[in-house]
Amino acid sequence: MESTELNNNTNPQAPSAPAEKGSSLWRDAWHRLQKNKMALLGLGVMITMCIAAILTPWITVYGYEEQNLVLGASPPSAEHWLGTDTLGRDLLTRILYGSRISLAVGFIATAVALLIGVIYGTVAGYMGGRVDAAMMRFVDILYALPFMIFIILLMVIFGRNILLLFLAIGAVEWLTMARIVRGQVQSLRQQEFVEAAVSIGLGPWAIIRRHLIPNTLGPVIVYTTLTIPNVMLLESFLSFLGLGIQPPQSSWGLLISYGVETMEEYPWLLIFPGLALSITLFALNFLGDGLRDALDPRAAKD
Amino acid sequence: MSENNKENILSVSDLSICFKTRNGSNKAVDDVNFEVARGETLAIVGESGSGKSVTCYSLLGLIPQPPGVIESGTAQFKTGAEKRDLLSSNKATLRSLLGDKIAVIFQDPMTCLNPYLTIGEQLIEPLCQHKNKTRAQARKRAIELLKEVGIDDAETRFGSYPHEFSGGMRQRVMIAMALITEPELLIADEPTTALDVTIQAQILDLLDDLKKQRNIALIFISHDLSVVANIADRVAVMRAGQIVETGETLQIFKQPQHPYTQQLLASVPSGPKPTQAFQPGPEAQPLLKVEHLKTVFEQGKSGFFTPRPAPTIAVNDVSFELRHHEILGLVGESGSGKSTLGRSVIQLIKPTSGSVQLDGQELTQLSPKQLKPLRQRMQMIFQDPYASLNPRMTVFDALAEPLLYHRIATRKNVTAQVLALMDDVGLAQADIRKYPHEFSGGQRQRIAIGRAIATKPELIIADEPVSALDVTIQAQILDLILRLVEQHNLSMLFISHDLSVVRYIADRVLVMHKGKLIESGDTETLWANPTETYTQALFAAVPQRINEK
Repeated sequence: MESTELNNNTNPQAPSAPAEKGSSLWRDAWHRLQKNKMALLGLGVMITMCIAAILTPWITVYGYEEQNLVLGASPPSAEHWLGTDTLGRDLLTRILYGSRISLAVGFIATAVALLIGVIYGTVAGYMGGRVDAAMMRFVDILYALPFMIFIILLMVIFGRNILLLFLAIGAVEWLTMARIVRGQVQSLRQQEFVEAAVSIGLGPWAIIRRHLIPNTLGPVIVYTTLTIPNVMLLESFLSFLGLGIQPPQSSWGLLISYGVETMEEYPWLLIFPGLALSITLFALNFLGDGLRDALDPRAAKD
Repeated sequence: MSENNKENILSVSDLSICFKTRNGSNKAVDDVNFEVARGETLAIVGESGSGKSVTCYSLLGLIPQPPGVIESGTAQFKTGAEKRDLLSSNKATLRSLLGDKIAVIFQDPMTCLNPYLTIGEQLIEPLCQHKNKTRAQARKRAIELLKEVGIDDAETRFGSYPHEFSGGMRQRVMIAMALITEPELLIADEPTTALDVTIQAQILDLLDDLKKQRNIALIFISHDLSVVANIADRVAVMRAGQIVETGETLQIFKQPQHPYTQQLLASVPSGPKPTQAFQPGPEAQPLLKVEHLKTVFEQGKSGFFTPRPAPTIAVNDVSFELRHHEILGLVGESGSGKSTLGRSVIQLIKPTSGSVQLDGQELTQLSPKQLKPLRQRMQMIFQDPYASLNPRMTVFDALAEPLLYHRIATRKNVTAQVLALMDDVGLAQADIRKYPHEFSGGQRQRIAIGRAIATKPELIIADEPVSALDVTIQAQILDLILRLVEQHNLSMLFISHDLSVVRYIADRVLVMHKGKLIESGDTETLWANPTETYTQALFAAVPQRINEK
């Protein structure tokens, strides 16, 4: 009853304030982002990568499991731009196919972590007192659970499944996010503008959505850009354990870990997947920094 | 002070400082000249951003370079037979002077003391560093000095940590720390701004005594003219990086030459309320009736082994009435519970017991949802316009929120209403899409006031609404508040620690001390005859204007 009441109160009105002239914070942020060349470059790189990942089956010449045992591991050449691995599979093809898994895991698992973490953290921070204590103790318990045992439990219960990958990663990554957001919200809650919102008569949900969450965006975005590469590497660890994807499928994490094994004989097997990951990280970092500045009106120097 | 025994210890000439930013350069200090002699207090007065602190900090090498650039100027500092230009000295020389021959007292004593070291440890540090004293000698000297600045039981307090001192005591420790190396020049940057009025009076007396006894030069930076009138021998008035007027204190206050000085002096609220004092109407029912209100804060948490500490009673059995169309002043020092009282009345803090009635309706028993329609009728203005506005909401968002939330405006006509509000509080309509940080403190407070009157409330609780503002801005905001109260038939509970502001604006005054209401009465009657000892002490501590002396 409480929630319907709240929805009735907030939904028709609260979004309407920004709706009048477009969501001003986000629209202004987009304007500011456009002035940041590095962030735009990062955005461009990410978009290109995503498009390439989606179109992979149509743009690649070789299949990802197409072996050429006669050729074996060969350095970059005209036929195989980035060379081939020990089984003679085209590395470029495998990196492109790998990007589908890595990007999907990176973005989806992070988005899950972001969603749960921000909402959970904000609610805990805003409610305070016992609710907060209970919610954060639950987070502590999950933290204390060794990750390996958690994964093995999941595998025993559900068997092997690519969806488990997202679930497992999401289940650990949101914890830190929740803690960061809760800390932010706790200090924001002391600020007078939150008191002002209460004295206007705003309900808790409207305060959380309009006053608290927008002000936690800075650290959240920075942490998000740090989480995405983390998640991509976590995936290779999980795949190594047998959860997640299996050869002949590939991901960047897997390619890198195979590349490490043969680093001395066939360095390109490490260099190119590593480069793909690094470029993504650079692009994400520039984009993340740009977004953080763009979303903070105070950082604008115009 | 006769001219011939005046020995200038510091003379600054042609000082210009520029801050270079991405958007061009900003001249913070523009061709400033002044000098200060032994045994003399020079006050540098100005509003925020006038360059008064930058001027002094540049002498100490404390301004960040870049972006700061000292474009020109010399600062001759004379100690004994030696003469040095502070501005061209290298860092090592400056460091040896600073804390030895020159000492600084900062505004906020809490942030200047290291919370992890005992004050004794911090006091003897410069002695061991600059004077090569042993710890035992240094300790003896430090204790003497603590006694001199009026700290009782100095031997035991030597081992205390900063948080164990009150604000005034901490400022005394800071002064002791500044004096410990026997400096010849003392720079005090707003040393009493963070303090209560009674404590402020004590600290000012202390500084004055020390200056006379030790024959040191004191540069006193302040925005507060009444404080300056009491302590300074000479005054330099700064505005936008320039010294517009310098002169003997009496002359500046009696015959200000420069129009800006005149404006500054005129802005200090003094005397009674300018508009017609409020006459209680025939209606019997008061707008707000508070009875036996009590707000208690639980202290900390009870641990497994430790019992919960005793709760703090912030508001203790307070009863008062606020009549329709009345401005009721509420004065008291920090920690007296006046802010808590305001927040308890408007139900931002749930009072522990007692009753608050708005127009006959009891508020304390209502749930947040039941309160919502009543929130429209009572609003609050907060002290700090930097903290009370959401930094990610434009003026439009901030003003539209209460209008839309209480369905006073529809999406279609909200823009028109917001623009009307902006007109009402004196904001330019063109600024509607700007964010709070793009405005000055005074303009931000206008936004906050606009938000408070948006729902056409009957009761406004203003918690120190002008304390964070410069004196000329303060005067404008006070007049805005008076005008709005008149226009919109508002009733107001005006909380302030500044007695002259309250006298200027309030019809009736309540005095709070340690959570209790100790005195109340019509403003002018109370001013003429305060009955309680505390009220008398409070009034006596207010720095008097020079022409009232």
